[in-house]
Amino acid sequence: MITTYLFYLLTFLAIMFAIRVVSTKNPIHSVLYLVMTFFAIAGHYVLLNAQFLAAVHIIVYAGAIMVLFLFLIMLLNLNKETEPHKSVWLKTSAVVASGLLLLVLVGALKGASTIQATNTFNPNIGLIENLGKTLFNDFLLPFELSSVLLLSAMVGAVMLGKKSIK
Amino acid sequence: MSAIQIIPIEWYLLLSTVLFTIGVAGVMLRRNAIIIFMSVELMLNAVNLLLVAFSSYLSDSKGQVFVFFIMAVAAAEVAVGLAILMMVYRNTKSSDINILNKLKW
Repeated sequence: MITTYLFYLLTFLAIMFAIRVVSTKNPIHSVLYLVMTFFAIAGHYVLLNAQFLAAVHIIVYAGAIMVLFLFLIMLLNLNKETEPHKSVWLKTSAVVASGLLLLVLVGALKGASTIQATNTFNPNIGLIENLGKTLFNDFLLPFELSSVLLLSAMVGAVMLGKKSIK
Repeated sequence: MSAIQIIPIEWYLLLSTVLFTIGVAGVMLRRNAIIIFMSVELMLNAVNLLLVAFSSYLSDSKGQVFVFFIMAVAAAEVAVGLAILMMVYRNTKSSDINILNKLKW
């Protein structure tokens, strides 16, 4: 019973904070609401028996990526409302278009056939032992390639961030 | 008692769809490049949540490993994207994306 209530609460929080991310004027508030959204999503991960992923999600997203966003906003001194407003017509059409997208997606998912689990139910799937076995047995090459990706992203960021290239 | 035995997967589908749509609305509504970037992060997270949900319901850990890779790619994307935003700000003194219309048809 308490799981159902937790699901409702986390869903409500995630959607409300996500709406606030989009609708807040101040970019700093937007970042902080996005952090709260990520915490709600991490709660959903815990409910889904993915405890390790919940911890990694908080560390990577709330701890690293969002701090990077905050750092950039403070570095560029964007913490006041400088954004010019779009016209009401454009805003209305954007909301209507995304609402129609939601309608199409929900309609497409409603007619989809339900999935059937082929494996037997295993509640320990999100623990670090099982995840590590899968990662290093089936996904070893993508794992190594992602390290190359991170290295190239780091080099690219340093190159772009430099004052001028001689 | 975990959520898997109680809550049907359709609800997670619905939640992910709503979060994704809010991200799409953010991209269309806002003109600040940083907030557009955050909306893209929101869309990535909606997909991550759906992958974890399917992985748990099917008792298959491959979906959660996919989420790891998405997180790695998102971290790389954020590093490069924020560096690009900083360069744009340095050249135009603004984070408004409507200035960047040289490639617009």
